[in-house]
Amino acid sequence: MASKNDTMAKTFTVVILLCLVCSIIVAGSAVGLKERQEANAALAKQANILATAGIDFAGRGAEAVFSERVGVMTFNRETGEITQYDSMIAMEAALADIRAQSVASSDDVAGVRTIRPELPVFAIRDESGDVQSYVLDVRGAGLWGMMYAFLAIEADGQTIRGLNFYEHAETPGLGGEIQNPRWAGRFEGKKAVTDGGDVAIRVTKGANPEQNEVDALSGATITSNGVDRTFQFWLSGNAYGSFLTKLREEGAI
Amino acid sequence: MASTKEMKSVLFGPIFANNPIALQILGVCSALAVTSKLENTLVMCIALTFVLVLSNVSISIIRNHIPSSVRIIVQMTIIASLVIVVDQLLKAFAYDIAQELSVFVGLIITNCIVMGRAEAFAMKEKPGMALLDGLGNGLGYSVVLLTVAFFRELFGSGSLFGYQILPLITEGGWYTPVGLLVLPPSAFFIIGGFIWVLRTFRPEQVEAKE
Repeated sequence: MASKNDTMAKTFTVVILLCLVCSIIVAGSAVGLKERQEANAALAKQANILATAGIDFAGRGAEAVFSERVGVMTFNRETGEITQYDSMIAMEAALADIRAQSVASSDDVAGVRTIRPELPVFAIRDESGDVQSYVLDVRGAGLWGMMYAFLAIEADGQTIRGLNFYEHAETPGLGGEIQNPRWAGRFEGKKAVTDGGDVAIRVTKGANPEQNEVDALSGATITSNGVDRTFQFWLSGNAYGSFLTKLREEGAI
Repeated sequence: MASTKEMKSVLFGPIFANNPIALQILGVCSALAVTSKLENTLVMCIALTFVLVLSNVSISIIRNHIPSSVRIIVQMTIIASLVIVVDQLLKAFAYDIAQELSVFVGLIITNCIVMGRAEAFAMKEKPGMALLDGLGNGLGYSVVLLTVAFFRELFGSGSLFGYQILPLITEGGWYTPVGLLVLPPSAFFIIGGFIWVLRTFRPEQVEAKE
């Protein structure tokens, strides 16, 4: 038996057949379940956006609350143009067709490498229908990898309402504390940008809370610097800066 | 077909008499990593049992055609494919738990229990017996993991399956959680305790003095 199995021809036949069968099973499950997985991921993202803006969706489901209270749009950072979308899925489909441009290395303080000219913005309305805050999608390099966060800014275009790092690979207990609501809560009420449009919020050691500074996490210097640089990049004129200026000058959109 | 007695020993043997974790000390890394909450642990146990049963059965079916020169690679390919399928299923039907288990579902591929049973049992036995062996070892793994998770969640977080049993002092109760139990090394102590209790009742498992 063994000698018959060990011929070159038999070995190749078995291996090739096995690979074929396995790849069909793996590809089949990946393709067949893709829709459900994307729906799950979208739901988790919607829940994160609502949580960042401080909206309670318990009991009603994130999806229903999201479609009722959130306006999905993109902001063109070059032309200042706003495009409205019906849903997050529609926006993501549209963004997927737009090529990301590489960021000049001198500007790329947060290590994002590429950025699209169109930036997603989620306008959160309160019960009476007025815009209460805008949630921005930001990211920056941490110690181990990219840290993704939602940043909610009040309708005045200046005050931070919430910060939520929803995906990152920082060390649990050290850098991973960026996810801790108690730390993220320190950003609430701080000024993101000055009246002139310069980035005001800082993450530093020995911070002065009166001056828009948040204390860095101990034992996580690189992560904290990454968070600081994330603000430096995304709130500047290279990204959402002109959107915030527009909010301050022209009021809510 | 094998006798009923033999089938019983293949199915129930790995639970206490020949437990893969307690006696063979295999697959301990996931026992450390995913046992801080019972809910995650249960999902992990189901995932591992699923992979173990299917890999045992499929390897057993083709056991007479596997060339011995590439048999480990063939086993790995089958196990890896099954693990990817499980990962995809979890992401589709239990998204939150999949996020928490993250890399540990993928690491079932390197779980020594799966490889060990494939090589030691499924390569020699008929599919029916391989199925029972996979199920039995999956149960043996689950018994240890669930025991560890029970103690870790109850005394580390004061809850079971997320329901608060012991009111925590931080939330106005009286119970001060044992911080150590939330961290992975505590699982070592609990597994050690499990082995100690098991060997007290089954002295034949105690290794001979060297």
